[in-house]
Amino acid sequence: MYAVGIDIGSITTKAAVIDDNGILGTRIISTGYNASEAGQRVFDELLRECSLKPSDIGAIISTGYGRNSVTFADKSLTEIICHGAGAHYLNPSVRAVVDVGGQDSKALLIDDKGKTKDFAMNDKCAAGTGRFLEVMARALEVDLDAFGALSLQSDTPCRISSICTVFAESEVISLISRGERREDIIAGIHESVAARVAALAHRVGVHPPLMMTGGVARNIGVVTALEKKLGMPVEVSSYAQVNGAIGAAVLALKN
Amino acid sequence: MSQTVSKTPPPIAMDEKMKEIMTNYYIEAKTASDSGKRVAWITSGGPVEPLIAMDIIPVYPENHGAMIGASKMGGSLCEQAEAMGYSGDICSYARADIASAVTCGGPIGGLPRPDMLIACNNICGTVIKWYEVLARYYDAPLFIFDTPMCHTDYPEESKRYVQRQVHEYVSFLEQVTGRKLDQDKMEEVGRLSLEAQRLWQAVLDTATARPSPMTAFDGFYHLALIVTLRGTRVAVDYYRDLLAEMEDRVAKGIGAVPNERYRLMWDNLPIWYRLKWLSKKFAAHDAALVADTYNTAWCRSLRYIDENDFLGSMAEGYTRMYLNIGVDQMADTIIEMAEKYSVDGLVMHSNRSCKPYSFGQYDIQRMVRERLDIPCLIIESHMIDERSFSEAQTETRIDAFMELVEEKNQCKER
Repeated sequence: MYAVGIDIGSITTKAAVIDDNGILGTRIISTGYNASEAGQRVFDELLRECSLKPSDIGAIISTGYGRNSVTFADKSLTEIICHGAGAHYLNPSVRAVVDVGGQDSKALLIDDKGKTKDFAMNDKCAAGTGRFLEVMARALEVDLDAFGALSLQSDTPCRISSICTVFAESEVISLISRGERREDIIAGIHESVAARVAALAHRVGVHPPLMMTGGVARNIGVVTALEKKLGMPVEVSSYAQVNGAIGAAVLALKN
Repeated sequence: MSQTVSKTPPPIAMDEKMKEIMTNYYIEAKTASDSGKRVAWITSGGPVEPLIAMDIIPVYPENHGAMIGASKMGGSLCEQAEAMGYSGDICSYARADIASAVTCGGPIGGLPRPDMLIACNNICGTVIKWYEVLARYYDAPLFIFDTPMCHTDYPEESKRYVQRQVHEYVSFLEQVTGRKLDQDKMEEVGRLSLEAQRLWQAVLDTATARPSPMTAFDGFYHLALIVTLRGTRVAVDYYRDLLAEMEDRVAKGIGAVPNERYRLMWDNLPIWYRLKWLSKKFAAHDAALVADTYNTAWCRSLRYIDENDFLGSMAEGYTRMYLNIGVDQMADTIIEMAEKYSVDGLVMHSNRSCKPYSFGQYDIQRMVRERLDIPCLIIESHMIDERSFSEAQTETRIDAFMELVEEKNQCKER
């Protein structure tokens, strides 16, 4: 049997299809204006890519902010539970997960079966999220994908003291006008995100082995800064961004 | 979510009576100058009984604030206060009240002008500055009833200090009204106040039944009289009838949440503009909020007050209010209630308006987890400033929390 997980986030929509033998395929698209349409499109594209028909799929679980707009899903679950299940699937020894997505960051503790025992989420501010990084990338006129590598070239990261996205953006602009190096500003931004996420992670009491998931985990600069702040290794899978969708598919397969 | 067909419980019959009493109360307060009565504005945890005994109409900016919030008018009033220069970090009751005083805005066109102001800081420190602003604005005399924090106990020096203020308070009222306090009437009002508190506690206790005949959301509505009219016969009669209705619902097995499966506890003030939404949200998960720290705040001091010497003992009762005790005692209270009402999870409203209520919640959450091993949730908001509420984020948190509660219960059943 094939099972599909669809994770509709605030910025991107992800899907994964699995069977008893493993992951068959994953797909990431922009969520855009219409979450329901994004859910359908990611599903169609994923199936086409894997040469599957809708009738081949035994179970579908949707997750993420747009979870309730996937009308063809059998069930919807929150991304918290799905990220726990996904991380466990990718590495069963993992006991703590830090997920940094577009508008949310969360930390969770999972048991030896991948079940979420406890979680904490960011307060309702965009600091420490993917959206924060997007805004900063725009201000710096740098492609977000280049952020990670650039920041590793910094030896004196700038200090970004404001945690408000809007104020941090003006802080970045004043650093630019002061002639600070781009690499140092980006490294400072990563440290600021890592500080916010680490505070959240400590609140729930994370401990190794810890895995970071979500789109922001693709940014090596944030991962390195987070390792430093938490004082523990942070594992990142190549499936980090689709981890929520994988978790949803895993739970769909179980059901 | 449950697959069984939901049967909506009948509405609480006393809802209508409450509406009638509150309407009459506000009409009487707003026409006080016509009837020659004086109006005192007083904080929600303030010692109101001497006012009732002296026939002064107590008016509560906080109750007014709750009405503003429930009418979803908090955001615009807060905005007006911010335009006057008040920071958005200040309590939303204070902001909305100050704006309403100036603009006569809100669901009842503002409160009647005060002849005096009574601020008791057993609920927070903001009330002092808030009432000083009001005193200047209305040019009305202000009495500050200062209750030192009881971190662990109620020491002798605090006792003497607060008791002395009881006498000063009475002198203040006598001076403003030009009348003497009738001691017999005072004791009678004290007895009625305690009786209403006991009945209110008994009403809340009916929620220990499974299914619970009422939820904390119902409590937030029926709470109005214990705040505004304690010390009167009206409140006693009302809660006696409400208790009878709740006991009848228990006997008939009527639950406030159809198919009640999970029982939760709420901490902090309600999110007034989202009561219905929250109530439906939890009910959709077959969860009933059966206990909370807010509704019980008006009866938890009962144990400290001597029915036969109200004026001589109320100092301790008012000083040892829930928000005026240490975090350890707050955690003990929550744990005791969680056990009494057999709850499966704790929902904490981190209320940016109410600092003393929200400070310490992370510690309390940790203590509850350690001692009871139940899931805890924190929702962030301002109690009446609807601009601060994020629906999608709150919804995800509640859904994830309920997934944990369900999971935990399944483990218990296995």
